[in-house]
Amino acid sequence: MSSGGGTQRLPVFITIIVALMLMVVPLPDWAAPFRPDWVALTLIYWAMMMPRTWSVGSAWIIGILLDVAQGTILGQHALALCLIVFITVRFHLLMRVFPLQQLAATVFAILALYQFILFWINGIAGIDVPAVDYWGPVITGTLFWPAVLVVLRGVRVRVQLGH
Amino acid sequence: MVASRTSNTNPARIPALGVRVLILLFASILLMVLDHRQNHLDAVRKAVGAAVYPIQLVVDAPFRLWEWVRESTKSRDEMQQELNHLRNERLFTRAELQQLNALKAENARLRDLLEARARVRDEIRVAKIMAVDANPYRHNIVIDIGAREGAYDGQAIIDAVGVIGQVIATGLTTSQAMLISDPSHSLPVEVNRNGLRTIANGTGEFGRLDLPFVTNNADIQPGDLLVTSGLGGAFPAGYPVAVVATVNRIPQDPFADVTATPTAALDQVREVMLIWSSAETQTETEPGDE
Repeated sequence: MSSGGGTQRLPVFITIIVALMLMVVPLPDWAAPFRPDWVALTLIYWAMMMPRTWSVGSAWIIGILLDVAQGTILGQHALALCLIVFITVRFHLLMRVFPLQQLAATVFAILALYQFILFWINGIAGIDVPAVDYWGPVITGTLFWPAVLVVLRGVRVRVQLGH
Repeated sequence: MVASRTSNTNPARIPALGVRVLILLFASILLMVLDHRQNHLDAVRKAVGAAVYPIQLVVDAPFRLWEWVRESTKSRDEMQQELNHLRNERLFTRAELQQLNALKAENARLRDLLEARARVRDEIRVAKIMAVDANPYRHNIVIDIGAREGAYDGQAIIDAVGVIGQVIATGLTTSQAMLISDPSHSLPVEVNRNGLRTIANGTGEFGRLDLPFVTNNADIQPGDLLVTSGLGGAFPAGYPVAVVATVNRIPQDPFADVTATPTAALDQVREVMLIWSSAETQTETEPGDE
């Protein structure tokens, strides 16, 4: 129907579960700081394309799941995801018409903000984290964004045609 | 009129987005304060953990399968070799065990003489480290024993050669554990040779612990074995932790610069052991925020 509301939630939900899995797949020590924030990327896409179905509420719940899966402070990822999804939903019409480079730049900024929130909370909680852990996911996340875009677009087209 | 109509039909308007986001932000801040300041949210963590468990299981499955395939396709020669190796090892440990029994009896007698409390036997259970990455900001692992099997926060985890870490959050079927190499982990230890007590801090490197509170004139030297002292209550006494690597005495500083190498290969183990000490009193143990 309208581009804003897809009612088929299951395929989208599966992509988010896959993203959560990718967050806990073991990586070698040297690669671990460069793990892209798959969950953040996926949620940015769905918030941009289906802001009525996938908005701040779902982002918050998925953030809590991520917090438990990773053993971080309960609410840390929930807060960060909630905020970036809020921003994405606010500007989703704009972001949809961005050319790829500009969209990538926007995603870079959003991911940087996401990491900033996580690090800020770490700082308040007194957890010391090296700088590579800050920039690693932002950079790799931006690099992987086009791939995420292609895969999720495939899912979305199917969802909306099947509807 | 026109403006209001366009705003009504505008798909960009998500109703009450600002309010919802404010409520959720407030909720997450509340959660974080409750979770970080006091550990009131164990029940929540366990409940959500049950939902996360299938995800961890699915991620872990291929690694398990691979291990299983490797195990079951081992050649006969390899098996024979391993069997011989294990037999030899068993012989050695049995021989040592004979001595141990005698020593134990002697120790009990001496303790009787000193009227000291008898050392309790610890109960031990093997746990597997799941092939899932935990908290990216800390040296954490996920093990496949949870509250259902009786794991509790602050429980000590060892492997065959030394202390690994402690449980920091228990789920129903899995637990998160912090390694002793985590920068926020501190462990009360003593030098096995002379009983000098100190504290071993994690550094964020798997192969190095810091001993920041050893005075310059303290009797400590490279090669000394550090064992848990049992002070602090979380760890039972007498398990090996690390071997002192370097001692750097700086004349103008009150404390020497001492580093140690953990005896356990913290980044290589796949199987660990959880200790239930029977003298265990459920004390509040902080994994160490300071």
